[in-house]
Amino acid sequence: MSTVTINPVVPAGVTLPIYMDNHATSPMDPRVLEAMMPFFSVKFGNAASRNHSFGWEAEQAVEQAREQIARLIGATAKEIIFTSGATESNNLAIKGIAEMYRERGNHIITQVTEHKAVLDTCKRLEKYGYRVTYLPVKADGLIDMDDLRRAIDDKTVLVTIMSANNEIGVVQPIAEIGKLCHEKGVIFHTDAVQAVGKIPMDVQAMNIDVLSLTAHKIYGPKGVGALYVRRRNPRVQIAAQIDGGGHERGMRSGTLNVPGIVGLGKACAIAQEEMATEAARLCAMRDHLRKRFESELDYVEVNGSWEHRLPGNLNMSFIYVEGESLLMGINDVAVSSGSACTSATLEPSYVLKALGLGDDVAHSSIRFGLGRFNTMAECDYVADKVIGIVKKLRELSPLYEMVKDGIDLSKIEWAAH
Amino acid sequence: MAYSDKVVDHYNNPRNVGTLDKSSEEVGTGLVGAPECGDVMRLQIRVNPETQVIEEAKFKTFGCGSAIASSSLATEWVKGKTVSEALEIKNTDIVKELALPPVKIHCSVLAEDAIRAAIGDWKKKNGVAETEAVAAH
Repeated sequence: MSTVTINPVVPAGVTLPIYMDNHATSPMDPRVLEAMMPFFSVKFGNAASRNHSFGWEAEQAVEQAREQIARLIGATAKEIIFTSGATESNNLAIKGIAEMYRERGNHIITQVTEHKAVLDTCKRLEKYGYRVTYLPVKADGLIDMDDLRRAIDDKTVLVTIMSANNEIGVVQPIAEIGKLCHEKGVIFHTDAVQAVGKIPMDVQAMNIDVLSLTAHKIYGPKGVGALYVRRRNPRVQIAAQIDGGGHERGMRSGTLNVPGIVGLGKACAIAQEEMATEAARLCAMRDHLRKRFESELDYVEVNGSWEHRLPGNLNMSFIYVEGESLLMGINDVAVSSGSACTSATLEPSYVLKALGLGDDVAHSSIRFGLGRFNTMAECDYVADKVIGIVKKLRELSPLYEMVKDGIDLSKIEWAAH
Repeated sequence: MAYSDKVVDHYNNPRNVGTLDKSSEEVGTGLVGAPECGDVMRLQIRVNPETQVIEEAKFKTFGCGSAIASSSLATEWVKGKTVSEALEIKNTDIVKELALPPVKIHCSVLAEDAIRAAIGDWKKKNGVAETEAVAAH
């Protein structure tokens, strides 16, 4: 009887389960939690209360957070609007700009590997008479600048392209896109959720007009995010999507989530301070994982550009092994898969498919999302475990056996079901 | 997703993993599914020509844990049965035994298909008339 379970020795200092899914969310940094704590209890004031010290205290904390966020992305504090998270930021940016500039044009440009918060927002606008161009990506996951240049026409009001992809970690040529948009007089929005705090982002140098970010991807709390909206050269206007008390310069009504905002601010301050050293550490771990997989296994592939990639991302296909069965064998390690079986729709990852990967390669993909609290010892444990399980599952894989026997799988007539 | 104990058991200790000689007269091979769909099962049986009893069954599966468990279970169930008894195994029996959730029912369907395809292949090799159509879909 063969056994699939692999139990490598747990190295000293490693506790199970290991969290390596930091693109989904990240654990809160204790320093962030500490900064937030008073605002849940004694400093509970409403930042909009203008006539007593409780309100002033809250407002002061919010303004400090605004400064911290602005500093991280090269903006000014007045250009930061607080939201409930990146999904809301993306909705507000895209719908708010589409509505505000409707007279000028009805054309929006985005690309196929965006997050659903962007794609589905664009789809809804199509129902309301907007025209949306979904640019393809190349095999490395990057858009082709010539495609973008050709797509811009006299009705284009908005280009929305993500800074870094949540599945494959690929970083788009944001500065080039910003430059082109400014030359053409088109507003440029970027969903920078995965990029902010991980790689240098500068709205001035990159000519970004509107930028979405969220706290929980940068070791802050869930339920709070922000939208940067440019005030000068050019001044960008956004039609509010939530009406009410006129908070956030009328762009987003609703009482501010003061503890969350304090947490977001602190998370940005820490990220700014530690980005360079942290990125170097994450790159070293990521490279080590890749090297181990490539030296100890055959038929493994990195998905997406290696050069233009977030420090903490490794997306790899272990071909001839199905992703969900691999995850099942490493259940003390939290990673995710592009396999259909792990998604609600039973469809493999649309991001990997957009790279032109076959469904079989997409089904075999695992995303390792390294973060601030991962260690090299954890990487080695994860590598041991994954390598062991992949070898075992390949003993079970008819495809691996066929390929080893020299059979060309593409020549077989599969009965798709 | 939480797996049933039986699925976990088959995944951790798959029964009858392996390969039989495809060219043997006594062996029937069923290869079902497709790599693009995320599951491929190969089920092989060795049938005693005298008694028509399935004396040996082997499988290899590319697929999720439920697909591996379904095919592992299928090999256990067909072993010792005659060919016609094995054809009576229904995917719903597999669903019940492994407590598969609705999204995993296709794994059991594939396992039933694999049994039928293996028996179909053996019948073809041995000139046994097809009494039942091999499920194709």
